[in-house]
Amino acid sequence: MADILSPSAWLLALVQALLFPALAPLLAGWVRKVRARLQNRRGASVFQPYRELRKLLLKEARVAHTASPLFRAAPYVVFVATWLAAATVPLLTIDLPTAVVADIIVLAGLLALARVFLALAGMDVGTAFGGMGASREMMISALAEPAMLMAVFTLAMTAHSTNLGSVIAHHLGDAFVLRPSYLFAFAGLTLVALAETGRIPVDNPTTHLELTMVHEAMVLEYSGRHLALMEWAAQIKLLLYGVLVANIFFPWGVASDPAPASLAMGLAAVVLKLAVLGGALAAAETVLAKMRLFRVPAFLNLALLLALLGLLSHVILEVGA
Amino acid sequence: MTALLLTVLAPLLGALALALVRTPAAGGWLNLAISALTLVAAGWLAWSVALEGDVVGRLIGIGFRVDAFNVYLVVLTAFVGLTTSIFSRPYMRHVRAEGRVYLGGMRVYHSMYQTFMLTMLVALTTDNLGVLWVAVEGATLATVLLVSLYRTPEAIEAAWKYFILCGVGIALALFGTVLTYFAAQHVDFGALAEPGAGLIWSSLHAHAAALDPTVMRIAFVFLLVGYGTKVGLVPMHQWLPDAHSEGPTPMSAVLSGLLLNVALYALVRFKMLVDGSLAATASPHLAGALLMGFGLVSFTVAGLFLHRQRDIKRLFSYSSIEHMGLMTFAFGLGGPLATFGALLHMLVHSLTKSAIFVTVGHAAHIAGSQGIEKIRGLIRTQPAVGWSLLIGVAAIAGFPPFGVFTSEFLLLTATMQAQPWLTLPLVTGLAIAFAGLFRHLHPMVYGTPPEGQQPVQANMIPVVVHLGLVLWLGLAIPGFLAQWLNRATQLITGSSLL
Amino acid sequence: MSLPALPLLQQLVVLLAALVLFLSFVLLAQSRLVSAIHAFAWQGALVAAVTAVVAVSGDVHHLYFSAGLTLLLKALVIPAMLHRQVRGLALERHTEPLQRPSLAIMAAVGLVIFSSWLVLPMVAEELAFTRNILAISLAVVLIGFLMMVVRQQAVAQVLGFMSIENGLFLAAVSATGGMPLIVELGVAFDVLVAMVLFGVFFFQIRESIDSLDVDRLNRLSETAEIAGEDRP
Repeated sequence: MADILSPSAWLLALVQALLFPALAPLLAGWVRKVRARLQNRRGASVFQPYRELRKLLLKEARVAHTASPLFRAAPYVVFVATWLAAATVPLLTIDLPTAVVADIIVLAGLLALARVFLALAGMDVGTAFGGMGASREMMISALAEPAMLMAVFTLAMTAHSTNLGSVIAHHLGDAFVLRPSYLFAFAGLTLVALAETGRIPVDNPTTHLELTMVHEAMVLEYSGRHLALMEWAAQIKLLLYGVLVANIFFPWGVASDPAPASLAMGLAAVVLKLAVLGGALAAAETVLAKMRLFRVPAFLNLALLLALLGLLSHVILEVGA
Repeated sequence: MTALLLTVLAPLLGALALALVRTPAAGGWLNLAISALTLVAAGWLAWSVALEGDVVGRLIGIGFRVDAFNVYLVVLTAFVGLTTSIFSRPYMRHVRAEGRVYLGGMRVYHSMYQTFMLTMLVALTTDNLGVLWVAVEGATLATVLLVSLYRTPEAIEAAWKYFILCGVGIALALFGTVLTYFAAQHVDFGALAEPGAGLIWSSLHAHAAALDPTVMRIAFVFLLVGYGTKVGLVPMHQWLPDAHSEGPTPMSAVLSGLLLNVALYALVRFKMLVDGSLAATASPHLAGALLMGFGLVSFTVAGLFLHRQRDIKRLFSYSSIEHMGLMTFAFGLGGPLATFGALLHMLVHSLTKSAIFVTVGHAAHIAGSQGIEKIRGLIRTQPAVGWSLLIGVAAIAGFPPFGVFTSEFLLLTATMQAQPWLTLPLVTGLAIAFAGLFRHLHPMVYGTPPEGQQPVQANMIPVVVHLGLVLWLGLAIPGFLAQWLNRATQLITGSSLL
Repeated sequence: MSLPALPLLQQLVVLLAALVLFLSFVLLAQSRLVSAIHAFAWQGALVAAVTAVVAVSGDVHHLYFSAGLTLLLKALVIPAMLHRQVRGLALERHTEPLQRPSLAIMAAVGLVIFSSWLVLPMVAEELAFTRNILAISLAVVLIGFLMMVVRQQAVAQVLGFMSIENGLFLAAVSATGGMPLIVELGVAFDVLVAMVLFGVFFFQIRESIDSLDVDRLNRLSETAEIAGEDRP
C-alpha cells in the first residue's frame, strides 16, 4: 500500500483522477462510433463528444425564472461528486493513497449524492418532465443500489476487504480460480451498470422521446455550461462503471507499483479492456430494444438475484468447511 | 436360481406377450395363466430358500438376493396377483360390456397388470438399492395409466395426482438413495467387492457400522418421506384414496395389497442400514422413532377419516392407510415381538384387504354405484356378497378369530412391553377405526334393498380363499409359517422370537 | 477446504453446479412456457457437462456414456418432446406470470439456505467439496418442488418435475462419482417413460377439462359429492 504522506503517490492519484474526465468523452465517442458502424452508418468522429462539450461550455447558460439557487448549484455538485467517486476507482494502479480514505461504500455514497442532486434539480423548475424523470431515476436507483452493493460485497468477502485496491490486489495475487460467485457478481454488476448509466435497455441516452426518457428528462431545462457539466458527469459515470467492471473482474495489467513502465502497461491494458467493453455495449445496444418502464423492476430484480446468488454461492461453495 | 429367474421372467414375458394379444378374453385367460406360473415359481423359490438358505443370483448386471424376509413377500405378492387375476377376468369383461373401456384399453390393462407384477417382484428380490428405486418408480408408471383407464374427468384427475405426488415423493427417495451411496463412498468393502458395492444392500448391511451416521440420518429422512409417500403415510397420503376409488377395482386390490407393502419393505430395509450406522451414536433409535411417529399419526388420522367417507372404495383405502400406519409403527417399535407382529399383519392385511376390494367390486356392481348411500341390503339381494363383505370387514376391524386379531394383539402386547403409554392411543385408534367401518357397514349389508336390485354374476373363489386363509392364520399359525416369519424377524432385529 | 485449493476441474464442477442452480431460478421465474423449456434444456446440458467433467477428472469410463445419455435425454429428447406437445396443444404463446414473483424467488433463496444448513453437519474428512455440491443439488430439487407448487399449468409442473430429476442426477454424479451404470440406465428409462406418460396425460387432461390448468382438477375431495352416480 502506498505511503499516505508520499507526495509522488498523491501526484499519481491526481493524474489518475484527472484522467477520468479526460478519457470519459472518448469512451462515449467510441461507443457511439461502434454503434454507428454496426448500424451501417459512418458515424461521427470518436472525438465528437469533446467538441460538443466545448461548444456547450462556450455557450451562455440560460436559467428558468422559477429556478432556485439549487438549480444553479446542482451541475457543480453532480460533476464534483461523480469525479470524486471516480477518483477512488483504481484506473492504472492499485497503489493509491486515496484507497486508504475511500472504499466501495464511499463510492456508492458519492454516487448517491450526485443522484440526489440530479433528481432535485430535475424537480426544481417544476416542469412535468423533470419531475417524471426524477421519480423514475429514484425508482431505478432504489432497486439498483442494493444489487450493486451486494455484488460488490461478494467480491469484498472473497478479498476480506471493502477496499477496491485490496480486492484487485487479492485477485491479482491469486492463481487462476473459477469462482461461480464472480460470475454471478459480474453479471449482476453489468446489469446494474446498464441501469445506472442510463443505457439501453433501461434508458436511451440518445433520445428525447418524452414517454420513455429518464436521464434526459431531468436535464431538459439545462443549457450552456450547466448542461456540459451534467453530460460530462454522465460520461464520467459510464467510464467509472466501465473501469470498475474491467479492473475488478479482469484485473490483468493493472499496475501494482508506481514504476513508469508498469503504469504505461496499466494504461494500455485499461484502454484495451474499455475498448472491448465499449464495443460489447454498443453491440448490445444495437441488438436489444429498450424495455418498457414497467419491466425495469424485473430487470433489476434479476440483477439483485444474480448478486444474491453470487453471495450464496460464495458462502456455500467457496468457503467450505 | 432357476426359480428366481422364472419368478421374474414370467411377468416380464407375460407383459410383452399381453401387449400383443388383441382379444380381451384371451388376454384375461393369459393373464391368469401367467399369474399362476409366477405363483408356482415363487413357491419353488420359497422352497429352495427354506431348504438351502438365501438364494443369490445375477441377471444383466443386477444382483438379486432372496432371504427369509423378502421371500415371504414374494409368495404373498404372487398369490394375491393370482387371485386378483382370477377376479379381474370376469370383472373386466363386465366393465368392457358396459363400454367404459375402449378395446385398446384392455390390452393396456393386461399388459400393465403384468408389468406391475414384474416391478413388484424385482423390487422385492433385488439386492441393489438403485434397482429397488427404479422398480418402485416403475410400479407408479405401470399403474398410472390403469388409474386413468376409464377416462372420466375424475379418473384423470386421480391419475394426475397419483403421478405427480408419487413421482415427486419417489424423487426424494432417490435423493436418499444417493446419500446412502455417498455415505458408503469411504467404506472399505474389502478387496472382493464389486464396483458399486455402495448400493448393494447385503454389502452395506455387513458394513453398516462404517457408514457415516450424519449422512445416513439425513438420508433416512428423505427415504422416509419418499417411500412413505408410496406407503401412504399421512400427510403424503393424498393420492391414495383417489387412485383407489377411481381406478378399476382389481387395481385397487393389488395397490392396497401389494404396492403399499413393497414400499414399506423398502423402508424397513433402509431402517436396518440406518440402525446399524447409528448404533454407536447418541440417538441409535432415530429411524425407529421417526417410523413410530409417522405410523401413529397415519393410523389415527386415517381412523378419523373413515367416519366421513361417502365412497366405498375411498372408505377401504383409508382403512389401508390406517393399517399401513400400524405396521410402520410396529416396525419402528422394533424388537422381535413387534416385528413378528408387523410381518404377520402385512400378510393378513394384504389377504383381507384384497378380498374386501374384490367384494366391494361386486357390491358396487350390484348397486350400480360406489356411493355408500346407494349400496343397500346386499345380504338380501345376493347373500354371498353380503356375507363376504360382513366377514371381510369383521376381519379387517380386528375381530377374533381372524388373523388380523392375532397380529394386532401381538402388536399391542409388544407396545405394552416397550412403550406402555403408547398403548392408549393405539387402543383408542383401533376403536375409532372399528366404529368408522361399522357405522357404514351395517346399512350396506342389512338395509332395505332398492326396488329392482338384481344379483350379479360373481366369482367369490378369491374371497373365500383369502378369508379362509386369514381365518386359519387366526386360529393357528402353521408351524412352517411361524418358523418362516421367525427367520425374517431374526434377520431384521437380530434376535429370534420363538 | 476452500475453492482455490481444489484442482481446476473440480472448480469447473463447482462453477457448472452453480449455473445449474441459477437455471433453476430462471425456470422458476420464467413465465413464457417455450422459454422455460429452453431453460430446462440448458440445465440438462449443464448437468451433462458436469458429468463429462467428473468423468475426465476421475477417468471414469462409464461416466462418459452417462454424460452422453444425459445430454441426449435431458437436453435434446425431452425438450423436443415438450416442444412438440406444446405445439400440439397450441400453447406456444402461453405465458403464465407468477402471482408474486419476488415472493417465489425469496422462497427459493430460503430453500438454498435451508439446503446448505441441512448438509452442514456433514463435516467428515474429504466430504467438504462434495457436501457443498450436495447442498446445491438439494436446492435444485427443492426449487423444483417449489415450482410444482407455484405453477398451475400442467406443462410447467412437468418442467418442475424434470428439473427435480436434474438435481438428482447432479447429486449422483458430483457427490458420488456416478451411480452404477445399470441404475443410471434404469433411472433414465423411468424418466423417459414418465415423459411419454406425461405427454399422454396432457392430452387427456385437456380433453377432460378443456384446459391444462391443473388447479381446475378439483372434483375429488373429501367432502365432494360422489360425482358419477352410475359407476360400479
